[in-house]
Amino acid sequence: MTRFVLGRIGFSTLVAVLLAFFTLPLLWLVTAPFTSNPTYEVTVPDFTWDNFAAVVEHPYALPSLWNSVVLSAGTAALVVAFAALAAYALSRVRLPGRDALLYALLLLSSIITGTAAMVPLFQLAVELNLIDSQFGLILILTGGLLPAAIFMLKDFVDATPQSYEESARVFGASPLQIVRHVVVPLVRPGLATIAVWAVANVWGNFLMPYLLLSDVRKQPAAVITYTLYTEGGQANLSMLSTFGLLYSIPVVLMYLFVSKKYGFRFHGGIKR
Amino acid sequence: MAQAISPPEAPKETRTGRYSSDAAGLGKARAGVFVAPALLLVAAFLVFPALWVLYLGLTNYRLTGAAAAEPEFVGLGNLLGAVADPAFWNSTWLTVQFVLGSAVIGQVGLGFTIAWLLRDRRGPLKRLVEGLVILAWILPGAIVSFLWVALLDRDGGTLNALLGLPGFAWLLDHPMLSIIVFNTWRGTAFSMMLYGAALSNVPPSHLESARLAGASSWQQLRDVVFPHIRGHILTNLLLISLWTFNDFTPFLLTAGGPDGKSEVLAVHVYKVALQSGELGHGAAVSTIILLINLVVAVFYLRLLRSRR
Amino acid sequence: MALRKRVVAVAVAAGLGLTACGGQSSGGGGDAIELTITQNAIAGGKNAAAAKFVADWVIPTFEAAQKAKGKNVTVTFIPSGVDDEQYKTKLSLDLKSGKGADVIDIDGIWAGEFAEAGYLKPLSEVVGPEADAWDGWAQIPEAVQGMAEFDGKKYALPVGTDGRVLYFNKSLFAKAGLPADWQPKSWQEILDAGAKLKSAGVPVPIQINAGTAMGEATAMQGVLPLLAGAGGEVHRDGKWTGASQPLKDALGLYQKIYGGGLGDPRLQQEAKGRDKSFQQFAQGKIGILMEGDYFWRGVVNPKTGVAKMADRDQAVGYALIPAIEPGKGIRGQDFVSMSGGALRTVNPGSKHPKEAFELLAFTLSPEALKEETKDGNVRVTPRSDVNKEILAGEPLLTFISEKVLPLTAYRPPVAVYPQVSVALQEATAAVAGGTPPDQAAADYQKKLEGIVGGAGNIAS
Repeated sequence: MTRFVLGRIGFSTLVAVLLAFFTLPLLWLVTAPFTSNPTYEVTVPDFTWDNFAAVVEHPYALPSLWNSVVLSAGTAALVVAFAALAAYALSRVRLPGRDALLYALLLLSSIITGTAAMVPLFQLAVELNLIDSQFGLILILTGGLLPAAIFMLKDFVDATPQSYEESARVFGASPLQIVRHVVVPLVRPGLATIAVWAVANVWGNFLMPYLLLSDVRKQPAAVITYTLYTEGGQANLSMLSTFGLLYSIPVVLMYLFVSKKYGFRFHGGIKR
Repeated sequence: MAQAISPPEAPKETRTGRYSSDAAGLGKARAGVFVAPALLLVAAFLVFPALWVLYLGLTNYRLTGAAAAEPEFVGLGNLLGAVADPAFWNSTWLTVQFVLGSAVIGQVGLGFTIAWLLRDRRGPLKRLVEGLVILAWILPGAIVSFLWVALLDRDGGTLNALLGLPGFAWLLDHPMLSIIVFNTWRGTAFSMMLYGAALSNVPPSHLESARLAGASSWQQLRDVVFPHIRGHILTNLLLISLWTFNDFTPFLLTAGGPDGKSEVLAVHVYKVALQSGELGHGAAVSTIILLINLVVAVFYLRLLRSRR
Repeated sequence: MALRKRVVAVAVAAGLGLTACGGQSSGGGGDAIELTITQNAIAGGKNAAAAKFVADWVIPTFEAAQKAKGKNVTVTFIPSGVDDEQYKTKLSLDLKSGKGADVIDIDGIWAGEFAEAGYLKPLSEVVGPEADAWDGWAQIPEAVQGMAEFDGKKYALPVGTDGRVLYFNKSLFAKAGLPADWQPKSWQEILDAGAKLKSAGVPVPIQINAGTAMGEATAMQGVLPLLAGAGGEVHRDGKWTGASQPLKDALGLYQKIYGGGLGDPRLQQEAKGRDKSFQQFAQGKIGILMEGDYFWRGVVNPKTGVAKMADRDQAVGYALIPAIEPGKGIRGQDFVSMSGGALRTVNPGSKHPKEAFELLAFTLSPEALKEETKDGNVRVTPRSDVNKEILAGEPLLTFISEKVLPLTAYRPPVAVYPQVSVALQEATAAVAGGTPPDQAAADYQKKLEGIVGGAGNIAS
């Protein structure tokens, strides 16, 4: 009994500390948008809506959020679909050089996110006529994310038992049907994780969209965020904080949706 | 390169051997078709440009100036130049601290702790904790840097106000500690999600029987959970380390300063490649990062294989 | 089965996408001429007023004028509005690939490196003889023209220029018993004023940018004007300046300010230190601040500034930056300054260079410049004829235009300059952190040798 009580107390303390740690830096994001002339100081706001009005009037701010949704949803969809197929095949069939290839790709994927890769990627996009195309940008971003996605998903597929697949096969299901109706439900938490991860990666990506999309009406919110500065490079804190708050709402909604619909509620589908 | 990478094959096989036979009757040809779309995109938009970067590392290419028009082949000149630069070694050492502190201890440790604490919970508390952790991860870097300046600022910062330490310059006196804590805050979500999903795949019946047999929490972790999620731990460590090695966000907080005291390698590359325009030199440093990552990957593989 | 078909379809579509989609077509068929113009400006963000001006006035007015001439020209503005480094990266990549807008704004300091890389060509080659024959040249001072030149050829038209002065807080000065029309004649007088401010309880008597965190602001509003004040230039007659006496003198002043308690060395290290220096000046915590005219127009501007000072016109004074001692500055001057400025040019890959140049010249015509600088957007334009009219009610800008520009200097427009600048910033950081100036200067020389390709390129 004492052990139980101590455990409860320990748990509550730990959770309280965690909540404090993760909440504290976010305070500014909650107060500054409602403050007129905000500074770096967290103060009790005077609850003005002027900052929101300014963001709504901004010609590119709200449309850019939609572009972010398009880019991240498109990339996440491609990453999940292609990674799922590849991870399943790589998990179930021994293709020659499989593991070495995966590791090599994973290592190369880290170089592509670096600053030094922008010239090759840009020139490649020029040659392939992918400049100023959201679809082209989605393809490029997908290519960079796929190795890590396959890598992660393969773990999930590896961990699922094959007995269901065998039974499905006995009933004459094709491999694709098996993937769709048997494997996908089993690895759903993994797919949800990959999807959220892909969205997070694209959501904050500035450099590639900026370089590859020249039409400002196609650019995502990450690029627009960087424009909320003055001539001398001083931050426009009222716009930045307000836009930042709006910028974070879609991903919070997405998280709530994913976690409710697919994510962490599932217990792998394995028989208890 | 291929040779250096080959060790992974063995552990992978043992790890996955149990389920890896072709139960669905896929066959090699169809497996190839399944892999093809991913491989195509990866080949075009990852392998090709990455090899290009490796090549750029062997030239004196610059973004502008005469060397942009006619880059010259300098062989290993950039690499040798980088290795002879004390700033590079300073950055490497800082990066090791950064990866160990914020990725391995911070994100993996905290991420697993949260996933483990919340594994059997439902409802608003779990949502709240997970939501906040994920918010920290998913907010764009440009915004996050302002949040942390507001938190750590030496005059009006929230932290100093709470601790009653006006004027304490966290970012100047403890730049590494600041960016390590920052990156832990920022990146824990990924590990938490991965472990959350992995823990949900641990059959509850196994845990139940261990509990009935009187195993302590630690013993349950070690004997039941760990063997089940070993693969995920490997993947997680590997990915987190790789990403942290290449993480540029500390720049937004400290700009690599003061006086290079928080200039991790990714920031070093940014300064060399973007601010100074020396793309060849930057590419060479990227190549070195790649090699370090390779060593790290092989190390993790051996570590987790030997502890079977 | 259906899914496999879909996968194949996606793969094929992806393949097609590689060859079919994308690609903006400038120009096009028929007699319609499409032009694009880009600046690092965007509505609702960075340089919003400039973006608005191009979209709302330049484009409709220019299109109408062309229509009157019987030409069907449509102009599109491509906004940007990011960090200058990133804007430069994008321009470089665009120009390298033969893409980009027809009319492009660049920072004056990029002209040389863009020319060397072949990204820009002399205007007379791109456009023809009308570029050198442009009637505006006669109105632009020599020094400002020089910014647009490389190897004796004109690569662009100047868009504007600026200058650096010492700003001071008159109420703090009054408290310290210093005059409201303060004009120091030597560095010692600056230090003396700093000492008086300090004893009057001013927290930060002097702020002269130092360190790497402030980036180029440390060069332009810090070490370069001081170097000029000590009679030195960073690059002269094809050679770079190493650990010379002027550099040691400049670093010596840093030592006296930051080692002597007259400045706040921590502020120089903070990533957002320059922002904070502005806020502190506006809050009356800084006595003397070296800054460009942008500080007056965009920072403490009572209407639009980022650190507004309602009583700017009464509370903020300004003075020329003195040489170390009278007559000891560059060219034997008593006072010095540094200037930068933007350029506007025609993309060598433009399909319609003649029309692009017409647009370019139109944006720098007296009528356009007057329209642009209306309603509180006054700045120093490149044209003397326009400046005379628009600066009349602007004491600080008149001061810049009439007193500062004649004695100012420009940075060397070459590709390695950014690296040299970083090395200079590091030297100031070292001194602000306690390193003796001689040592910091010697370290700078060593780094400089690595940057510019050996001691042979450094003046002894």
